[in-house]
Amino acid sequence: MLLRETIFYLMIVVIGTGGELCVTRAMKTIGEVTDFRPASIFRVVIRAMKVGWMWLGLAQMTLAFFALLGMLSLENVSLVIPVSALSYAIGALGGKFFLGERVTKQRWAGVLLVCVGVALVFIGKG
Amino acid sequence: MTPAGGLRVKTYLLISLMALFGPLGDVLLSKGMKRVGPLSSWAPADILRFFQATFTSSIVWLGIGSLFTFLIAYMLVLSWADFSYVQPASSMAYGVVAFLGYLLLRETVSTLRWVGIAIICAGVFIVGHTSPRTTEC
Repeated sequence: MLLRETIFYLMIVVIGTGGELCVTRAMKTIGEVTDFRPASIFRVVIRAMKVGWMWLGLAQMTLAFFALLGMLSLENVSLVIPVSALSYAIGALGGKFFLGERVTKQRWAGVLLVCVGVALVFIGKG
Repeated sequence: MTPAGGLRVKTYLLISLMALFGPLGDVLLSKGMKRVGPLSSWAPADILRFFQATFTSSIVWLGIGSLFTFLIAYMLVLSWADFSYVQPASSMAYGVVAFLGYLLLRETVSTLRWVGIAIICAGVFIVGHTSPRTTEC
């Protein structure tokens, strides 16, 4: 794999997941959304935009998005997107240590299977 | 419906929206970016040309719109559900994206890659049978 592809994948997986963790933290600050009318959803989005973690998360997700655009100009979508599922391992670790979630053995087993699947998708690149 | 049942239904509903709009956005972006072509060099002029071609593509904007819908559904579900639940549970999208890539973009998907995607979905199934929330909102 070329250096350019490696950098793009790392940005998608590491920075992208970091962004998702920050967005999660912001949304947990807002609290559970129970009203799904468009005006209420709009108000939730505005409230979320006032949380610092949201902006940090969106900035990281934007960077990861540009890396995704770069990767999609080089490789097939049926390879790029499944390989980016490696972020699940980082996400589970981030969920445990950054967000204080209780990641059960069953959930770890699922994450491990996802990683095995990603490895096969990558090997099956042909 | 019990509160736990209601929580599960609205979680599944939003994850289904994510599984639809996420892959659709990825496939549209892929189609758009294949037309734009890869970045030829890291020279500022080439980077500028790359971004100009990318953001004047209507297919790319359709993809962005679809991914924005995905993001809203994602933000909403994250307001109550665990990140380590939602993230793998939404990975059924990997099967959908490969299928759409095969169907709409005529991509070659090897048997091994299909097996890998099936295993990803099995992982998703296991994660989906854990509680969506382990922390207090």
